[in-house]
Amino acid sequence: MDSHVVAAPEESLDSARTVALNVNGHARELRVEPRVSLLDALREHLGLAGSKKGCDQGTCGACTVWVNGRRVLACLTLAVTCEGREVTTIEGLSADGQLHSMQAAFVAHDAFQCGYCTPGQIMSAVALLAEGHAADDREIAEWMSGNICRCAAYPHIRAAIRDVRDAAGGE
Amino acid sequence: MRPFGYARVTDADSAIAMVQESRDGAFLAGGTTEVDLVRQNVLRPALLVDINDLPLNRVEELPSGGLRIGALARMSDVAQAAGVVERFPMISQALLQGASAQLRNMASMGGNLCQRVRCSYFRDVTSPCNKRDPGSGCAALSGFNRGHAILGTSDKCIATHPSDVAVALVALDAVVHTRGSRGERAIPIDDFFLLPGDTPEQEHPLEHGELITAIEIPATPIAHQSVYLKFRDRESYEFALVSVAAALRVADGVVAEVRLALGGVGTKPWRARRAERSLLGQPAQEASFAKAARQELSMATPRPLNSFKVELAQRAIVRALTTLTNGDAR
Repeated sequence: MDSHVVAAPEESLDSARTVALNVNGHARELRVEPRVSLLDALREHLGLAGSKKGCDQGTCGACTVWVNGRRVLACLTLAVTCEGREVTTIEGLSADGQLHSMQAAFVAHDAFQCGYCTPGQIMSAVALLAEGHAADDREIAEWMSGNICRCAAYPHIRAAIRDVRDAAGGE
Repeated sequence: MRPFGYARVTDADSAIAMVQESRDGAFLAGGTTEVDLVRQNVLRPALLVDINDLPLNRVEELPSGGLRIGALARMSDVAQAAGVVERFPMISQALLQGASAQLRNMASMGGNLCQRVRCSYFRDVTSPCNKRDPGSGCAALSGFNRGHAILGTSDKCIATHPSDVAVALVALDAVVHTRGSRGERAIPIDDFFLLPGDTPEQEHPLEHGELITAIEIPATPIAHQSVYLKFRDRESYEFALVSVAAALRVADGVVAEVRLALGGVGTKPWRARRAERSLLGQPAQEASFAKAARQELSMATPRPLNSFKVELAQRAIVRALTTLTNGDAR
């Protein structure tokens, strides 16, 4: 039954292994144990500290990133499971030194106070518009409920989202 | 987090064999409960077998009018699948009222059925918990049990099953398809969830290494107009205090067919069979609904902190059935 043993024989299954990730369009290799979350891999191994660790238990949304274009929680994702998948973080949102329109709208609308939840809010907000669930404030609130803002900047966050939605001529 | 082994496989037989060969091995799908509980030391797997590459993510409309949902289909995809929205709106509604958009993108349907309870004593390794540590006692019995169950409880465990979509699936007589070392089997969903009794650590009849492959829902014409109502402490991203999945057919003013299941009140997703029996043949009016709800809750075993659920559940049932008779549902 050798066919389903993935680790090399001399290597213990729980030891660190090389994982090839595609992060923000770049191929990255890192050595991590299976228990390392995608969030820790990004922050501690790849120096991408934009994604934030709030609760580390899938409650607050501060660690929201995209895997294969879908918003997910990096704290509940194991880094090893992302091999062969595309990971996008807040650092991958801007292009050519220009803020993404959602980032600019957050600045324009003062959509944060302490700023800790902001990267997760923005990653969620951009995904939200792509998903098409931003018809009105009620729908925005519902589909953004996985991102907690302890400073309660919610009205400004919704205003930023509305702006980007309307500028894009979306729903 | 404790160290564990990891393997990623692309076929079901390898996955099943690997978990079986490792005494503390487990499947890893969306990981939304599992990774959290491993980090909290509640689960201590030696090996996680990543099944996300298995081809089990399809949502298939069956010619009969039923539906076959692959075990690895994600909650978000199932919620918006045309066949689900058209044939079983209560499933779509239940999914969309559960968790958050991020979690729904991650969590699989098979994993949803296997998710563990949210009882804070289960998740706190310093508390006694018969489910986590059989024989250690139940801290919830005399502890903070406002969110706990009032139906199907035992003196060993009163934790509620947290799933929303499972409530709809129980109302619809879904069938859980599995594959293990002894081949495939089909388990009626009401038998898939076990009452805690004296063995709360045993939550479902799966053997070690038995894999859920699909959830099948039989054609149910009355479900084309059905509702999932959820009542909770906040409007979004919260578990149910009480929820109701309901479908109803009225003919000549009387209840001809009805499906009713409750969430947030039972130790398992609760099919309200007493209420269903009470309703059949009765006038489709609030008085019949209230009577049926009363009968269903007559067996409730509330605790001081959750006794409000007895009344809340009855009102929720009446609200759901009234919504359907008024034609406000879709």
